[in-house]
Amino acid sequence: MIPAAFDYHRAATLDDAVSALAGGGEDAKVISGGQSLIPLLRLRLAFPSLLVDVGGLGDLRGVRDEGDSLVIGALTTHDEVTRDPLVAQHCGLLREAAETVADPAVRHRGTIGGSIAHADPAGDLPTVATALGATMIARGPGGERAIGAGDFFVDYLTTSLAPDEVLTGVRVPKLGAGWGYRYLKFNRTAQAWAVVGVAALVRRANGAVAEARIGLTNMGTKPVRADAAEAAAAGAAATGEALAAAGARADEGTDPPSDLHGAADYRRHLARVLTTRALVAAAGA
Amino acid sequence: MPKITVNVDGVAYTDEVEPRLLLVHYLRERAGKTGTPVGCDTTNCGACTVQLNGVSVKSCAMLAIQADGAEITTIEGLGNGGWHPLQRAFNEEHALQCGYCTPGMIMAAADLLRTNPHPTNDEIRQGLEGNLCRCTGYQNIVRAVRRASEAGAAT
Repeated sequence: MIPAAFDYHRAATLDDAVSALAGGGEDAKVISGGQSLIPLLRLRLAFPSLLVDVGGLGDLRGVRDEGDSLVIGALTTHDEVTRDPLVAQHCGLLREAAETVADPAVRHRGTIGGSIAHADPAGDLPTVATALGATMIARGPGGERAIGAGDFFVDYLTTSLAPDEVLTGVRVPKLGAGWGYRYLKFNRTAQAWAVVGVAALVRRANGAVAEARIGLTNMGTKPVRADAAEAAAAGAAATGEALAAAGARADEGTDPPSDLHGAADYRRHLARVLTTRALVAAAGA
Repeated sequence: MPKITVNVDGVAYTDEVEPRLLLVHYLRERAGKTGTPVGCDTTNCGACTVQLNGVSVKSCAMLAIQADGAEITTIEGLGNGGWHPLQRAFNEEHALQCGYCTPGMIMAAADLLRTNPHPTNDEIRQGLEGNLCRCTGYQNIVRAVRRASEAGAAT
């Protein structure tokens, strides 16, 4: 379908983008790669009055080393994330998940910032940000602020970004030695959204699991942490049996949807099975 | 209306465009590149894949106005007036039936060979995961990409 008409502003600077958004009111939207937004425009599920294109703001692209963390510019494409040496060295979970986003052509255009700001609970990167405890960096008329993942994702396709704020980057902690990781998702066709996905991080010490962090994709209206499974895994032996006992608690406290792709109880089953597999892989058990 | 300048298959075009005009519609209706079809309307099928500044993109998932200043190669320009090795290999391996997916399949395959000149069968399937074919079952498409790769299509 042809999208409904909208005005278009190509931002020359970040401040220009913020002021264009502020002047555009609640119906203004940020666009860069457009891989989530343009399909919605074409299906006429979104009707922005104004699109502010931040795609030309080169400062927002690329990965910065900031000591104990990496800052990934919002405009860094999924393809760039998968090829970035800093990401490969310090945050392999993100690389692994970015490789599974859609397909190569979409990964050439789609950006980490767009994926996270779109906040689709079926999206892979919001879950990875949640599991990592990433911090989202936003710029608005009042300046810059940092928003933790737990506060950033609010509801289905909804974040705590104000209408005149632009997500400029994502700060992720470097994973030191001892951390293992695995992103797993179940989908019915090659490039489909996850029916359920699991991002698992495990820190091993002395043959046991010292700490586990688990994010779940599509198990609610926003990405969630599997708190009960994390608690059960912490201190457990790094064995298949012990991790299966933790994985069996992955769906506790979640409220997964029932839709064309799967019923809620099926999603709960997938979450338990995938969490077990992801924990085993991450722990090298 | 805003004005854009793009280079499509080696020819420069300058046009006024409505912001909502999709790149695929621009290519077909303004530049006459009807070799690039509109497929699924949901960014799934990949039939409309073209190269934008040297990398594959789905032209239905981009606004024409976002392509301002870009160099675009469509299936019509890939072979520089002749047949690209991938086009020849698709012909020789019978890698199509109805042909609707073929332009996008070949553009995606060209991108794969750009980054991986000698892919395995699994890597070919991964590289083409964004392109759907409803006729062939993909077997001959994979064979064709292998054949083109062996013929040095990436160079």
